[in-house]
Amino acid sequence: MPAVRGDGMRGLAVFISDIRNCKSKEAEIKRINKELANIRSKFKGDKTLDGYQKKKYVCKLLFIFLLGHDIDFGHMEAVNLLSSNKYTEKQIGYLFISVLVDSTSDLMKLVIKSISNDLQSRNPIHVNLALQCIANIGSKDMADAFGNEIPKLLVSGDTMDTVKQSAALCLLRLYGGAGGEPTATPSGEWTSRIVHLLNDQHMGVVTAATSLIDALVKRSPEEYKGCVSLAVSRLSRIVTASYTDLQDYTYYFVPAPWLSVKLLRLLQNYPPPDDPGVRGRLNECLETILNKAQEPPKSKKVQHSNAKNAVLFEAISLIIHSDSEPNLLVRACNQLGSFLTHRETNLRYLALESMCLLATSEFSHDAVKKHQETVINALKTERDVSVRQRAVDLLYAMCDKSNAEEIVQEMLNYLELADYSIREEMVLKVAILAEKYASDYTWYVDVILNLIRIAGDYVSEEVWYRVIQIVVNREDVQGYAAKMVFEALQAPACHENMVKVGGYILGEFGNLIAGDARSSPQVQFRLLHSKFHLCSPMTRALLLSTYVKFINLFPEIKGEIITILKSDTNLRSAEAELQQRASEYLTLANTVSTDVLATVLEEMPAFPERESSILAKLKKKSWSNDAAGASGATKSETVSTKANHVSSERSMDMGASSGAKPQSSMSLLVDVLGGEIPNGMQGNLGGFSNASMSAHEENLKKLICKNNGVLFENDLIQVGIRAEYRQNLGRLGIFFGNKTISPLTQFSPTVSCPGILAAKLLVQAKSVESQVEAGAQIQQLINVECIDDFVEYPLLTVNFVHGGSQQRHELKLPVSINKFFQATDMNSDSFFGRWKNLSGPQQEAQHIFQSQFGTDDIDGVKTKLVGFGLALLEGIDPNPDNFVGAGIVHMRGQQIGCLLRLEPNKQANMYRLTIRSSKGSVSKQLLDLLHPQF
Amino acid sequence: MMQFMLLFSRQGKQRLQKWFVAYQDKMKKKVTRELTTTILARKPKMCSFLEWKDLKIVYKRYASLYFCCAVEQEDNELLTLEVIHRYVELLDKYFGSVCELDIIFNFEKAYFILDELIIGGEIQETSKKSVLKAIAAQDMLQEVCMRTNPSISSEDGVWSI
Repeated sequence: MPAVRGDGMRGLAVFISDIRNCKSKEAEIKRINKELANIRSKFKGDKTLDGYQKKKYVCKLLFIFLLGHDIDFGHMEAVNLLSSNKYTEKQIGYLFISVLVDSTSDLMKLVIKSISNDLQSRNPIHVNLALQCIANIGSKDMADAFGNEIPKLLVSGDTMDTVKQSAALCLLRLYGGAGGEPTATPSGEWTSRIVHLLNDQHMGVVTAATSLIDALVKRSPEEYKGCVSLAVSRLSRIVTASYTDLQDYTYYFVPAPWLSVKLLRLLQNYPPPDDPGVRGRLNECLETILNKAQEPPKSKKVQHSNAKNAVLFEAISLIIHSDSEPNLLVRACNQLGSFLTHRETNLRYLALESMCLLATSEFSHDAVKKHQETVINALKTERDVSVRQRAVDLLYAMCDKSNAEEIVQEMLNYLELADYSIREEMVLKVAILAEKYASDYTWYVDVILNLIRIAGDYVSEEVWYRVIQIVVNREDVQGYAAKMVFEALQAPACHENMVKVGGYILGEFGNLIAGDARSSPQVQFRLLHSKFHLCSPMTRALLLSTYVKFINLFPEIKGEIITILKSDTNLRSAEAELQQRASEYLTLANTVSTDVLATVLEEMPAFPERESSILAKLKKKSWSNDAAGASGATKSETVSTKANHVSSERSMDMGASSGAKPQSSMSLLVDVLGGEIPNGMQGNLGGFSNASMSAHEENLKKLICKNNGVLFENDLIQVGIRAEYRQNLGRLGIFFGNKTISPLTQFSPTVSCPGILAAKLLVQAKSVESQVEAGAQIQQLINVECIDDFVEYPLLTVNFVHGGSQQRHELKLPVSINKFFQATDMNSDSFFGRWKNLSGPQQEAQHIFQSQFGTDDIDGVKTKLVGFGLALLEGIDPNPDNFVGAGIVHMRGQQIGCLLRLEPNKQANMYRLTIRSSKGSVSKQLLDLLHPQF
Repeated sequence: MMQFMLLFSRQGKQRLQKWFVAYQDKMKKKVTRELTTTILARKPKMCSFLEWKDLKIVYKRYASLYFCCAVEQEDNELLTLEVIHRYVELLDKYFGSVCELDIIFNFEKAYFILDELIIGGEIQETSKKSVLKAIAAQDMLQEVCMRTNPSISSEDGVWSI
């Protein structure tokens, strides 16, 4: 029989039994509704309830809530319980408040008052109850109310130890340990008293205080530097203690494992100590921990080995973090090596994970490599996919020139059987390793073609774009690549990605193998065309480009190709892109001289050297795994990436279509023909000084997220803007202010849409007077209509004469695609439902970047997001630090739903911005507009 | 720090949940559902750790009940297992051979014990004796009003510790 301990509430126990006896969900709901009605009537009734009854009913409500039902009353009764003089009633009141009352509730004032009373109590049990409640809620109001009082409690000599423990962790929570608003921390003398808690007699106090100090150190490392030597001596006393010394704080023969781990964690906030004495002592501690790992276990219980190894793993983390003691690093590696074959799955998992980090250290990289065979074996034999995933990560991390071929081969072998969940990541990793360590590029080509053959579905665009970039840039493999794709295409069933790569490469370099009768022009062409009908429109479009290139390479099959281009399926295809390509290529082939044809269809120029786009993709993928780059060898690579971050973002679209051009799924046309779309107006904005021009760029950036403000200003003129948008229409008022003491004459501002923008954005400007008097301001009205998504800004050209000299300013008008946003509210389910639906690679645009302004100004970020046009959806993301938003871009005839997620990484001062929409070019453009704002 | 702790039965019934970070109610339901399904689908010999979003999940089964904690990247997985174990030991000592039913009928006590062990997601007291002393002190404060306990036949076994 389950005992009901303490003062049992019989009514509650009966109710719980009733619920358990319910035969069906319906019966349960019926019973609950009956009880809710009962409680409601009791609370509303005329009879005043005594404390016991209130407690019982509040407890029942709590139970009902925990079963997953909503509770919308009883809060007031719970708050009443807080001031009861019976402890159990008070306690239930606090429990209800912690579980059920929203920190923004109106009742919080009353709650804070009760807590305040209990904090003053002389009974430490009451004080602790109040502190626990503060920590459970941890709101800004609580921080304001108690932020001064609790620090005093913590360092006062009169405070009981148990209260100190609660106070330390309560403060930790209020200082923003858990996504709360960071509050100002006390400093000065207080700092030193907090740090000295590490010397406290009471182990429980030290344990709690260490967590607090760790959080404070993360905020102001300099101020708390004194904790290093204290932490080292404390640690040293623990590791040298025998297990009997620490009595209750010894856990299954391991002395104070929690405190040890926290101290080791704390030390990872700092570089190795400068003071040789402290450093020596720390190294002794670490060695002792490593030595103890070798000793026979003192108990067979798993608790003993877990606690012991928890300390060991944390020590190894610190050794890796310091990365300065080769001897310790190698010892750590050997220790982990022995865990790789341990019978405990948990240890194998953790050992693989830690070794990944060791592999990135120059001191231990070779020691890690010794375990290659074991790791490969793990890949083949582990039964748990999460362990296999770790093995893949480690193989990736330990790979270098000497073992690349073997590791890549093993990964390829495994790929055929690999779990679907990790295939895409594996493909990326194999592709990166093959490129990074290829001394012979024929090997690289073989590996990538193998990837497509084995796991075609998981080969993302970046991977096959990249192989093309490399083949185009490296003359020595072009012939080999042409031969290999030709062979690969002969397989009866070959993946569409293979057709794309094959089509592109043969279109460029098919002539290199045309001498062989087995791969004559006609054979090549027919082979490719046999796949044509099975392919998606995008691939067909690519193949049409290949065909027109064949016309240039192999005039002998021109006739056959022209027939294909002419066929109804192409020339009259339902796909506009195919139709257009067919008819343009046809005209090109028929009307143009061979010289012109040869020039237009010339071989692609080499791609500019840039960071692999695949690497960028993998980094994005691994963001969530570990900011420190634990999931791969990214540690050493990060530095080099930052420099060419911008180019890596651009490289996704194979270079030819530069960022200024909207990247449609059909943009391959440009790629194949090698046409560079010039970066538009970027370069030719001459006419005024650099300073005002860069200020203009800065203003333009600000005006992305707001509608009113100054666009341009110099000594003569100020141009301001005020805009309103509704759906796909906008109305702009441009204000021209004359800052001089003489009139501006022949004043004529005109608005134009350069290039393709004209088809995407309609702009109508009213004319204005031709003179602006001294000190006066005139207004020009402009109407805009969004037809289709666009990238460039419309240009405002302002011409006037001042003091006899002609002035001309060319300004960009802050009309961007986000201006046509309509904010859309939605709940969590529909947001994440849509988010999942929009997971295609074309639909998502993502960027990870260093924040320019820091990640602390939450309100500033919110203002910008709302100004950008989105509805900010608060509280629907599991991580309260993240921002999510939604909106619809209105264009004439179409509306594009867009979802946004902005995830700050406070430690690294970085953001990850992801935008998903049903149209890839829109996602990309919104991303480009928004990310420079943070 | 620990972000939350969930207790659920083999049948997927929620028995206790403690959130150390503010989550919206809807999100809580979603998270619990997702984790319960994932963990129940795993086989006994599998690793006790999972990567989930940007958190690490550490779980362990005691008799009919699963204990599942979500901790952050820098937290120590093995020690989190032992936080769970310490909690189980405390429940066991307090209730005397604890079983799932004890937690169902005395959920408020289970909360109070957890509050003494962990505050704000960090362990505050690791000594079993100290925690039990604190709970005993609370019980002492209660007015003596023992009532006859309802008789409910035990159906679940004692947890093996």
